[in-house]
Amino acid sequence: MGESAQTRSGKGQVIVWGAVLAAVLALALAQPQFPGLKAYPAEWTLPVTDWLNAGMDSFVGVFKPAFRALSAIMEYPLDWFSGFLGWLPWSVGLVVAVMIGHRAGRWPLAAFTFCALVYILLMGLWPDTMNSLALVAVSVPLAVALGFALGVWGFHSPRVERFLTPLMDITQTVPAFAYLLPILILFGFGPVVGLIAGIIFAFPPMVKNTIVGLREVPSDIIESGLMSGATKGQLFFLVRCRAGLRQILLGVNQTTMAALNMIIVASIIGGSEDIGWRVLSTLRKAEFGESLVAGIVIALMAMVLDRITYGLATRAPDMAPPRGFAQRHRFALMVLGAAVLAYLAARAFPALHTWPQDWTFDPSGPLNTGIETFVLWAKPLLDSVKNFIIFTLVLPLKIGLVNVVGPFTWGFTATIWHALGYAALVVFGAGYAMSRGRTGLAIAVMAFGLILFFGLTNLTWPGASLLLIWFGYRSGGMRLAQWTTAAMVFMLLTGSYEKAVLSVQLCALAVVVSFMIGTALGILAAESDRFSRILRPINDTLQTMPVFVLLIPVIMIFKIGEFSALLAIILYAVVAPIRYSEYGLRHVPKDVIEAATSMGATRSQLLWRVKVPLAMPNIMLGLNQAIMFGISMLVITALVGTDELGQIIYIGLSKGNFGIGFLAGIAMAVIALLADQFCRAWQRRIDAKLEGAS
Amino acid sequence: MPGPVKLSCRNLWKVYGPDPARFFVGSSEGPDALAQKMRAGGHMPAAIDAGFDVHVGETFVIMGLSGSGKSTVIRCLSRLIEPDHGQVLLDGEDLLAKSAQELIEIRRHKLGMVFQNFGLLPHLNVIENIAFPLRLQGLTSAQQRDRASHVIDLVGLKGREHSYPSQLSGGQQQRVGIARSLAVEPELWLLDEPFSALDPLIRRQMQDEFLRIQRVLKKSIVFITHDFMEALRIADRMAIMRDGRIVQIGTPEELILNPADDYVAQFTGEVPRIKILRAHQCAVAIANRPEGLPQVGPDDRMEGLLPKLAASPAGLDVVGQGGAYLGTVTATSLVETLGRIEGAGPVPVAHG
Repeated sequence: MGESAQTRSGKGQVIVWGAVLAAVLALALAQPQFPGLKAYPAEWTLPVTDWLNAGMDSFVGVFKPAFRALSAIMEYPLDWFSGFLGWLPWSVGLVVAVMIGHRAGRWPLAAFTFCALVYILLMGLWPDTMNSLALVAVSVPLAVALGFALGVWGFHSPRVERFLTPLMDITQTVPAFAYLLPILILFGFGPVVGLIAGIIFAFPPMVKNTIVGLREVPSDIIESGLMSGATKGQLFFLVRCRAGLRQILLGVNQTTMAALNMIIVASIIGGSEDIGWRVLSTLRKAEFGESLVAGIVIALMAMVLDRITYGLATRAPDMAPPRGFAQRHRFALMVLGAAVLAYLAARAFPALHTWPQDWTFDPSGPLNTGIETFVLWAKPLLDSVKNFIIFTLVLPLKIGLVNVVGPFTWGFTATIWHALGYAALVVFGAGYAMSRGRTGLAIAVMAFGLILFFGLTNLTWPGASLLLIWFGYRSGGMRLAQWTTAAMVFMLLTGSYEKAVLSVQLCALAVVVSFMIGTALGILAAESDRFSRILRPINDTLQTMPVFVLLIPVIMIFKIGEFSALLAIILYAVVAPIRYSEYGLRHVPKDVIEAATSMGATRSQLLWRVKVPLAMPNIMLGLNQAIMFGISMLVITALVGTDELGQIIYIGLSKGNFGIGFLAGIAMAVIALLADQFCRAWQRRIDAKLEGAS
Repeated sequence: MPGPVKLSCRNLWKVYGPDPARFFVGSSEGPDALAQKMRAGGHMPAAIDAGFDVHVGETFVIMGLSGSGKSTVIRCLSRLIEPDHGQVLLDGEDLLAKSAQELIEIRRHKLGMVFQNFGLLPHLNVIENIAFPLRLQGLTSAQQRDRASHVIDLVGLKGREHSYPSQLSGGQQQRVGIARSLAVEPELWLLDEPFSALDPLIRRQMQDEFLRIQRVLKKSIVFITHDFMEALRIADRMAIMRDGRIVQIGTPEELILNPADDYVAQFTGEVPRIKILRAHQCAVAIANRPEGLPQVGPDDRMEGLLPKLAASPAGLDVVGQGGAYLGTVTATSLVETLGRIEGAGPVPVAHG
């Protein structure tokens, strides 16, 4: 097991590492002569795609009528709701939303809601927004009901929970696009697809929060309920559910955000006249001004929905004693009254009913000009940044320095002497680390030197497998080695290996960058309250933003391509490391800090010798989250033209080829699960170290 | 002095493990040997052969350190934890034989319980929390308000009716817990370390408050604590538990003067003897004493008599029922008695 591997002498470890790296090197050097080494031979793969398609066909053959019927049923509430919201005068919607905003977050949130809605009206996007809102309004209650029911079931039956937990993990790691495929095939085109996808994507957080909320009611409260003579039903509904309500409502908040996110993404297939579709179609036509205007609507919608559901979940109860029906339902009656008044006003003044065309304002023309001017002006700088990163990081990691370095990219032609110089540099670096007793660092330098020279794609499949499995063994013992082996076998046998390497290359680079930037920002935020206050709203905004919206500014400036994808992933994944590292540093036990200060530690000693090591478990959690965020964003970036698994999913989606897309989706989930296992293994080692030290 | 028995707990066992039932089939060993056998068989006996009676109007305290099984015992009394063996008789009826429905009825009308961490419902305000047991019984809201406001007065929470638990201090929260447990006018009042989560000063106040309430209501009480001094202040009789066993039962005086073993003596050793000595225990017969010394009763606590003794250096006459002279307490006799019991440990309880 892992323990025996870790206690083995450092020397033996170095020898095995050396052997593994030498084998990888030999294989990489040999691969030009043996084409079967680079690309896993196609004749050795299994026709999994065909099996999946055949399976789906026979499934569809039997069950399609049932699903289509379900789809038809779902269309009723959807039609009804979008009909209702379409009929509703904007003034009524505005009044009701602002009142709810006030209820959830007092005047600041009411003002924010008001501004957001006025922006939407001014841009003339009210009808599109209402269409998207109708999808949210129908899918959220259904997802909440489904999630709550499953959560209650899971709470009562440990067997069900054991079944639900891994299922939840998988539904959250399989990329959203991959869901869309089977849904598309089963339910057909149309807005209902977005609805169903929203429900499926959004119910897991509800399950989780329901189970946690019900379980974490303190035993004192349950016992006091029992001793008050509660029957089983009274105990559950009047005591347990009510005491766990806050957590359950946080589940509603997360479910709402997930549903919105998915509904926006789903407009790729089922979209028409909704706000997600507006962004996507303008983005495709490179009308950046228009897509920015609509993208801001999505962002505002997300923020308003988030703050309102969060505010209602955590709201402090009223102090005043409720007496009688009117007081008890004061808020509902007030909203109803205001809505009726607004409606009557709208009947009297048509301008209050439908926002007049000449009150709208379209800034996309000037915006477009502005963006173009800016991009043209900044082009030399932007291009040099872009090329620098592509030629020194992106491409070497992908195809290796050996193939990248040339007159066009690096300004000189690579010779054998350059290669030898590079090798000497790597060996010297490793040797220096070794002489300082940093064996791990030495091995890392050697490994990265090797990878950067040949590139991940030229590492050969046996070489990459060997390296990864051995790394898995060293990190997490036999169990992780088995996991890694299984994942590699899956990738190879299904023929997903090549695209998977490209996914890993893009995602790993983005995650490493966002982890480094994010952790640095988190440390700064932990050390400076002012910086933390500045950073917090930016974080909140990035995190509630539907992934889609992040693409807009990136494409606007850097155009379509891998570099834009990289930036978008970094933007999305950077929040988690910021949050976790700041949290970890701020929650280092006070007495330890006081002890270190009284010993005379300087501020930087305190930070690097005390706080950072003790915050390491949280910092690692940030890495884990960054990987998960990165992988989920990876699929979205397929829209801007990448060449990896995400793209395959997208192709499967556009061609309606279930097998291809779904297989790529599973492959992506396998990468995510494996990365998660690695993170957990490192986490365990850090925890063990901290525990052993204390 | 003891009234009729309200609650009788007999041979109560709670055993954690895969199959506790098998140990009780045809076993003839004593409880200690049986517990040993359970531990050897991979079981954890948390309450071992617990037995005691609680009389009407009596405050019975179970004192023990954490893990001694005291919380297990009080939870077995109301079947929050199902005991594995034994009997719990409330007014002579075995609670362990009751159906779930009967048990709910008993909890609704006869039992009230106070919890260490208060167990208040965070979403209900003070009056709603207190009325919660009444609401469960299906009383009208007017009835609920009536009875709840009555107990609110009793625990001194008037004016805070509409606060939420999160807005109250720990002491106030526990007042709500006490009021809630009293709202159904229970016959047996169970308190599980009610003041342990409070600051020492507040704890003292709440003990006084508890004693005041008890003087008014005269409930039959089982009170759990890990604080020996708290037990002394509150108990009519008390039991000391260790490792699931009740080591000794008696009045506080009996425990201090005659600890059953070294374990009990460790607690009682801390107690200043002057706190428990009574006049008759320090009295000596003096042949030619001066006339007109102040007279005191034989069961008066010496602690309270010290000012009197200071004012009357010649001594205090201890006088029994009917004016019979029992002896005289002087400073010398007091010091001698104290010296004797501090040094030698247990002394026989003097007879009047």
